[in-house]
Amino acid sequence: MIVFDNVAKRYPGGYTALAGVSFEIRHGELVVLSGHSGAGKSTLLKLIPAIERPTAGTVLINGQDVSRLPRRAVPYLRRNLGLMLQESKLLTDRSVFENVMLPLVITGHPPGDAAKRVAAALERVGLGGRGREMPLGLSGGEQQRVAIARAIVNRPSILIADEPTAHLDPAYADEIAALFKSFNSAGVTVLVSTHDANLFAANKPRRLVLAKGLLTEGA
Amino acid sequence: MSNWLYLHARAIADAFRRLAGQPLGTLLSAMVVGIALSLPAGGYLLLDNVATLARGVSGTPEISLFLANDAGAADVAAVERRLKGNPELSSFRFVSRDDALHQLERSGLGDVLGGLTANPLPDAFIVAPHSEDPAVFERLATEMRGWPKVAHVQLDSAWVKRLHALLGLGRSAVLMLAGLLGFALVIVTFNTIRLQILTQRAEIEVSRLLGATDPFIRRPFYWFGILQGALGGLVALGTVWLGVRALAGPVTALAETYGAVFALAGPGLPEAAAILAFAALLGWLGAAVSVRRHLAGD
Repeated sequence: MIVFDNVAKRYPGGYTALAGVSFEIRHGELVVLSGHSGAGKSTLLKLIPAIERPTAGTVLINGQDVSRLPRRAVPYLRRNLGLMLQESKLLTDRSVFENVMLPLVITGHPPGDAAKRVAAALERVGLGGRGREMPLGLSGGEQQRVAIARAIVNRPSILIADEPTAHLDPAYADEIAALFKSFNSAGVTVLVSTHDANLFAANKPRRLVLAKGLLTEGA
Repeated sequence: MSNWLYLHARAIADAFRRLAGQPLGTLLSAMVVGIALSLPAGGYLLLDNVATLARGVSGTPEISLFLANDAGAADVAAVERRLKGNPELSSFRFVSRDDALHQLERSGLGDVLGGLTANPLPDAFIVAPHSEDPAVFERLATEMRGWPKVAHVQLDSAWVKRLHALLGLGRSAVLMLAGLLGFALVIVTFNTIRLQILTQRAEIEVSRLLGATDPFIRRPFYWFGILQGALGGLVALGTVWLGVRALAGPVTALAETYGAVFALAGPGLPEAAAILAFAALLGWLGAAVSVRRHLAGD
């Protein structure tokens, strides 16, 4: 489902974020990616939706080589992924409902069907009936829930999250982790990066550990 | 097809939302576009009115051929034969000295003419050539001046031709003005869209992460440019309409002092549609250039 084959990423200027990383994630797995700051976690996650391109190696998503994907095909790849990256912030001038609706607007869903899906996604993350509120009026944990609702509203087969519990109290972090686990139980492949070693510990997920651009555990 | 229409409808709604979200900026931009467009639009309208007036005064340039006072019926017949035999003439009519006198009497000069002992007016032919080329007129006039018993040849409508030439010059000037101001409007829209892109950078980036294509990202900006241009067009139409309303009374009064009936005409439906379409086109062009410049390679 997700295959990294000897993937390297070197930025202009010479900084090597990833050096020969290889692993495979099968359909329906829950995988936690960990490592210190600067280990290459964010870079690795950005290679999956082709935000970054590898300088060497191959990245396959559902059999599709995304490292050589033409630019015009990238949007259609991303529509099949649930993304919670550091760049995918909530739009503060749009309501919760409109934020979650955005992926469906992009894919041209009929408004009636889209509204039902948004309501269901908000219900799923425990924010049912709060669609009219603005993101800045929500707590940090609630904002993350909105981001999760937006990531899953298109019913992706793969959910990718970069530090979704950063800056959250432990209680909120556990709630978010429980949500990811529930999506995984429903058959969604989940890849989450975190620096919190205890997060998901109860679920005994598969762990990938990065250090200085090298995969030191979980290959 | 329905999805395509739906996405355009969303983009239009989005553009309206952005315009409504900054009412002062929208109003100022529309005023800049509108006032700039009202200059060539008003100029075009003014020229159109003058052209209508000129058509009403004399549509066809003519040559007046006056015979000598001692010309007899045989001389008149001889000139008529020459005119009939000239293939360059489309028509001519004879105005006898008596008819000319009657026309003068009917024009209100009866009291003055009553003091005369004899009719001082000559027989005349009014001649219309096929061509409106001034060179042909001059050649024909020169030729006619050489005919027997022809006392005077006058190019009656030379002033109309000059007026037409001036109108042509005016139209060229209006076109140049429209081109220059149109270019300025493209720049105004270019800058507005640039600012829009900057303020919506976060939304653009998030949309791209969620799978938005380039057309999806760009479409609302195109519509923004079109709507801003069209709003400017409406302001231009309003400005021209107010100008016509303000000038209509004085112009009619001026025409009456010359014994003429003339009403200043405002822009009709085709002209209004053309102004709106032109403004919208300029808005789209500015947006397209700006989007290409500021969203390329994102």
